Amino acid sequence: MSEIIDLRLFATLQKFNPVSPDTFAITPGVTVRDMLEQLGVPIEKAKLIFVNGLKKDLDVTLKGGERVGIFPPVGGG
Amino acid sequence: MKNKRIESLEKVATPRKFPDGATYRSISMAGTSQLALELGVSAREIDISALDRDIVPERYARNMKSFTTRDQKTLLESCVTVVGNGGLGGTVAETLARIGVGSLILIDGDSFEESNLNRQLFSTEALIDQPKAVAAADRITSVNATIQVTHHCCNLEDGNAHKLIAGSDVTADCLDNLPTRFTLQKASQTAGIPMVSAAVGGHSGHLTTIFPEDRGLELIFGPPEEAVNLKGAEQSLGNLPFTVTTVAALECAEIVKIILQKDSPLRNRLLIIDLNDYTFETLRLV
Repeated sequence: MSEIIDLRLFATLQKFNPVSPDTFAITPGVTVRDMLEQLGVPIEKAKLIFVNGLKKDLDVTLKGGERVGIFPPVGGG
Repeated sequence: MKNKRIESLEKVATPRKFPDGATYRSISMAGTSQLALELGVSAREIDISALDRDIVPERYARNMKSFTTRDQKTLLESCVTVVGNGGLGGTVAETLARIGVGSLILIDGDSFEESNLNRQLFSTEALIDQPKAVAAADRITSVNATIQVTHHCCNLEDGNAHKLIAGSDVTADCLDNLPTRFTLQKASQTAGIPMVSAAVGGHSGHLTTIFPEDRGLELIFGPPEEAVNLKGAEQSLGNLPFTVTTVAALECAEIVKIILQKDSPLRNRLLIIDLNDYTFETLRLV
């Protein structure tokens, strides 16, 4: 059984966004790390991970219904 | 002396109306300059005394309604150090000068290059190869000659940072490299100065406020010893002028909030913007 999350990959990671990122299907219990690996996202680029607006790490598990944002920090001025 | 200043101010103040019809007393640039000359003090001091008497320097008339004369006086008595005078720093410095932050310290060791012309406010064709901090100081003086401007054509380093930022009420991180961002954070925290830190790349940018006791940049970029080797995503995204201007404007809004002690919405938070789809999200870092 799968659940839906609202996934957003920003900046350089945008190209890894699935077709309908706002209704992305996951298996409940999956970690953000596993999900990103399945999408082909280079893990070292996924520095900022936000679940429902809170900073989390790669090993946080998802159960479905979350808003997940992945952001590679930028440094330009 | 004080009485003479008040008397002179009352004499040059003229009644005017805001666009909504409300009346106020105004002092023109010429009035300020004349009194500064007569009384042997700086134009900024004249404007501060005027605001004390509820007389509005006309250059700040459109700040009123959103700010009180007391707020404007607080801004005029404040000092912000802008570190990096390129894309973010150019717009930040100019915006702060226009809104009336009274003292600006401008720090940048670089000179303009042709590739800066797409986004750096103070870069012009004529100023290629010229120092950014000098261009910034010249521009600020032409926009608002009452601002006390100090500029330093050098890079911020552990050895000079403490001295360069001394006396600031806020530091503005407008830098383009991580090691110097951490250097500025360390110096700001040691000196007890809040720092507003902004960064851009392509259509994206982020902004946060770091107080002396906060964990700050490591919450965004990881521990400093690892982060200094991190290549920011901007290296593969370039730098777009509308992103730079948007993030610089947000940085100024935050700086002014901190100075006026209204609030600091971005402390321990990260405002992320992505102009590809107009995302504006504020996320909790702790």
